[in-house]
Amino acid sequence: MLRIDQVSKVFYPGTVNEKTALEDINLTVSRGDFITVVGSNGSGKSTLFNLISGTYPVTGGKLLIEGKDVTSTPEYRRAFTIGRIFQDPTKGTAAKMSIEDNLITAYSKGMKGLRISLNAEKRELFRKELKQLSMGLEARLKDNVGLLSGGQRQALTLLMTVLSRPKMLLLDEHTAALDPRNAQIVMDLTMQFIDKYELTALMVTHNMQHAIDFGNRLLMMDEGKIILDLSAEEKKSLTVPKLVKLFKSIKKKDYVSDEDLLTE
Amino acid sequence: MIEGIFVDGLIFSIMVMGVLISYRILDFPDLTCDGSFATGAAVATMAIVNGWGIPAALLLSFFAGAIAGMVTATIHNRLKVPGLLAGILTMTMLYSINIRILGGRANVPLLRTTTLYTEFPKVFSALGQTGSVLVGTLIIVLVVKEMMDVFFRTDLGISIGALGSNEQMIISMGIDPRRLKVIGIGISNAFIALSGGLLAQYQGFADANLGQGMVVQGLAAIMIGEFLFDSNKISFITLRVVLGAIIYKALMFLGRYYGYYIKLTPSDLKLLTGILVIISLLIAQTRSAASTADARKKALRRNKEKREAETREKENAHVED
Repeated sequence: MLRIDQVSKVFYPGTVNEKTALEDINLTVSRGDFITVVGSNGSGKSTLFNLISGTYPVTGGKLLIEGKDVTSTPEYRRAFTIGRIFQDPTKGTAAKMSIEDNLITAYSKGMKGLRISLNAEKRELFRKELKQLSMGLEARLKDNVGLLSGGQRQALTLLMTVLSRPKMLLLDEHTAALDPRNAQIVMDLTMQFIDKYELTALMVTHNMQHAIDFGNRLLMMDEGKIILDLSAEEKKSLTVPKLVKLFKSIKKKDYVSDEDLLTE
Repeated sequence: MIEGIFVDGLIFSIMVMGVLISYRILDFPDLTCDGSFATGAAVATMAIVNGWGIPAALLLSFFAGAIAGMVTATIHNRLKVPGLLAGILTMTMLYSINIRILGGRANVPLLRTTTLYTEFPKVFSALGQTGSVLVGTLIIVLVVKEMMDVFFRTDLGISIGALGSNEQMIISMGIDPRRLKVIGIGISNAFIALSGGLLAQYQGFADANLGQGMVVQGLAAIMIGEFLFDSNKISFITLRVVLGAIIYKALMFLGRYYGYYIKLTPSDLKLLTGILVIISLLIAQTRSAASTADARKKALRRNKEKREAETREKENAHVED
């Protein structure tokens, strides 16, 4: 599905601010994988996602999606296969437009024509889809998205993303900005959609319990490298304290601050 | 006189719709407008003077404006400069081009020629001179408004609106935002130039300086319109633009007509327009602050009620125990 081959990323090369964010990353993601990614701030998780989705160009290495080299494909083209959800609930939807306008934009990927596709039939379909969120949004098709709460917006973003039929989901701490109840709802919906549409997914999370509970593979990143790669088998017996211990033993140093970041 | 305000306001409202697309829908501060308005006037005038006919004149000014807008968007996309700078570049270049179009002169009159405004009284002869001009202009504005309304309900129009609200979302949906900007700014300036083409025929001349300060005037009209009513429906938004444009022209007329009582001269009108925009912004800001404060108060009250209800429930539970 996705192959990352010796990818590295250096920010501001050749200046005093030069920073290596990722160093020779190799990763192969198979179809149907659900990989959780953990790591402290600045470990390169978000940079990795930005490189996969094409927000930044890579400094070195190659990216392959379904066997095709996409290293220099622009972000909007990669978006045909990749659906990305950000931590910030405002990033995935257009606040100044109604729910139905947002949904119709998401309904098909790619450049739009001069057809008016938003009709009664589509509205009925959208109502049906929105019902799955059980947030009462099906009665608010004509309301502006800006009026919704963070949880509602993130759930809508999730629905829009899966409606556009990507093959892979990149979830960038997509529940971190929500209150616990809404985070739970959005997480449940995510699982439901991944099952229903058989999506391959990568999920960055700061919640260690989530990282252990969800998915069939766990990656831990630190200082621009993947320092731990656990399979479903190895994950079964994992607990949060064990994971923190593992992290420490790899680092061989006792980082007090990192421990704070890695616990729930 | 009153008819003059309406016709002026209606022609102006087509320009304001162009400004609406760039400033409000695309969130792209486009200054091309100051140049493309005069381009529209120049192209229409020269087409009529050369005897190409009124429909060709209007079509040509429409497309000339579209090209000007597309140039601005392309400069912005290719060179990755802010939209503001791209617009200023095109606007500055257009000044020279407009004088070229006008055959090296800064002003070309449309005397003793057939224009839309000599034709209207013939077509609607039953309505008299003033009535026919008003009705003719109104029909054109309604056609343009309908075009806007339909366009922004199409998939392409909706995605242009979404781009103005959230560029990342457009990228995530697999659309190249650069292409949408070229289309959006192109259409915006096409309407602006069309309005210029109409104005040249109405006032009977084209002038290279016609576009000066147009952006601010357009913004003033949009903001006046926004005070009238609130809506997220495109047909109401464009209606708001037409009403705002007419009210703006009426205000400016009052300033010109009665301004001498307080020693205002026509040259003060630009200052007045600017102040009008600033006041509108201030009112809008206070309004949104007030509504946020109101929402916050309501939320606090709701929370309090919820807590009280919970404690009451607990107490009740104790009693039952």
